[in-house]
Amino acid sequence: MVNQAVHVRGLEKSYGDVRAVGGIDLDVAEGEMFGFLGPNGAGKSTAIKILCTITDATAGTAVVAGHDVRTERAEVRRNIGVVFQESTLDAYLTAEQNLRFHGELYGLPRRLLRERMDEVLELVGLTDRRHDPVLKFSGGMRRRLEIGRGLLHAPRVLFLDEPTIGLDPQTRASIWEYIALLRQRQDITIFVTTHYMDEAEHCDRIAIMNRGEIVVTDTPDALKSSVGADRVRVRTEDDPAAIAVLRERFGLDAAIHDGMVTFAVADGAQFVPRLFGELGIGIDTVTVTRPSLDDVFMAYTGRTMGDTEKGDGASALARMMMAGRR
Amino acid sequence: MSTTIQREVELPAAPGGLAHELRATAMVWRREMIRFRRDRTRVFAMLLQPLLFLFVMGTGLSSVVSVSSEVDFRTFLFPGVLAMSVLFSAAFAGISLVWDREFGFLREMLVAPVSKTSIILGKCLGGATTATLQTTILLALAGLVGVPYDLGLLLSLLGLLFLGALMLTALGVLLSARIKQIQSAMPASQLIITPMMFLSGALFPLANLPGWLSVLTKVNPLTYVVQPMRSVVFDHLDVPASARAALDPAITWAGWEVPVVLQVLIAVTCTVGLIAAGIAIFNRTD
Repeated sequence: MVNQAVHVRGLEKSYGDVRAVGGIDLDVAEGEMFGFLGPNGAGKSTAIKILCTITDATAGTAVVAGHDVRTERAEVRRNIGVVFQESTLDAYLTAEQNLRFHGELYGLPRRLLRERMDEVLELVGLTDRRHDPVLKFSGGMRRRLEIGRGLLHAPRVLFLDEPTIGLDPQTRASIWEYIALLRQRQDITIFVTTHYMDEAEHCDRIAIMNRGEIVVTDTPDALKSSVGADRVRVRTEDDPAAIAVLRERFGLDAAIHDGMVTFAVADGAQFVPRLFGELGIGIDTVTVTRPSLDDVFMAYTGRTMGDTEKGDGASALARMMMAGRR
Repeated sequence: MSTTIQREVELPAAPGGLAHELRATAMVWRREMIRFRRDRTRVFAMLLQPLLFLFVMGTGLSSVVSVSSEVDFRTFLFPGVLAMSVLFSAAFAGISLVWDREFGFLREMLVAPVSKTSIILGKCLGGATTATLQTTILLALAGLVGVPYDLGLLLSLLGLLFLGALMLTALGVLLSARIKQIQSAMPASQLIITPMMFLSGALFPLANLPGWLSVLTKVNPLTYVVQPMRSVVFDHLDVPASARAALDPAITWAGWEVPVVLQVLIAVTCTVGLIAAGIAIFNRTD
């Protein structure tokens, strides 16, 4: 267990009848950047809260930075930094006062505190704003300050719960640049949750969460290749007929999704000429896309990220995507 | 300045233990002071009401209230108005935990490797200090209403004010554990504090009251802060015994006169109890 930053077995959390986290297992190596990916309400934040000792698990064990979250709460807290989804800054205090508050509560020796404040302010690019009240900061600056504050006590594991939520795309990108910079400079384990697919690609490994359970854990690349196939979408003169032909002649499982006949095939670009030659039904449009994490999510959960926020659906396509993977 | 943060600069293990907890308490206290300094509007807004009570209501009523010709009604009112002022500021400071929760800062405090006890203590002491500081401005007006500038008197009053402030901040903290919405924080605290203020004898002497009212004033812990304040003031006034008996009557339990020292002791006990209750309730929730 020496080189593990996070070690979780059978972790469960129920609120009455509602099972927010349903028995997850997890191992995160030291120095790794690990991501929880899933839609809102998948149980990511609840799992993080247990790992950060804010909430007690209903069952199971979790060891973070070498300490049990249930029995060694203070030790865990000392060794982790947490940036919550919602801001936890005091907007009436200056950036520096917020940092000092943190340093005092974490018991940093005074001389070291000064040094660390300079270091983290520099890292998140707020050195020249240190004496400004947080009230005057933009959303992105506040986030950066929170990340800096989370690092102040030199934690071994940094938890970032939806670090870019509510920020515009440009600011989101800049937050990820700061996180990348942090990884360059420091050997730290980062545990991040997100419901943005493109952000999950920054991680070394991702666990896809759905309805309180981890559906699959792997590197972004491995996950994408596990889905294996390219996604082909065609509009034809007779869609039901096209689906039948695809099944009989090509052995492909196709379905209508968003008004297009959609199916997965190993090499989409090579398949298209064959399709035109052998389908025997007029084709209006064709698009071929490489698998994205969206597809991965759908393949493993039967839902698109968008679907899960609206409700259920798209299970036919998911089955098809699974059929396409070997 | 070094720009790289290396894991090799391993931080010494946080001290833990009492010194660390005290530092946390001191820091929470300091945050209250910083916010107090920043918020001048609040200081002046909170001063307006007691000034109105003292100089407008006090002056207006002094022609009607002729309890004693030797003592200015405003002199009688002075300790009560001081208590009233500290009361509302302190309760507000305590209940501000509801705002801390709403704006997330409570979570920053609660996720730190310190006990909730240290945090709640810092919050209570900080609220009590700011409320007392604010009331010091009123205390400076003593001479205008015939209360002498006597060092012993002023220090006793300050001490009692701090005690009352601590009691009410603790009460505010206790309430904030139950109140989750900022919209209901102010009305809920008014609902509890206004009756406490009226039943403490801050605005009228606790003499010749009907039985039900007399009982209510005696079970009100705030009475044991306000009455000692008034007694201290009257100790420093040159008034006939009859006037004092009318304006500063002794608190009696079934005919027994409760000594001022015991009154203060009761107030201290209640305050400690309220702080302990606040700590207990936060340890169970949040």
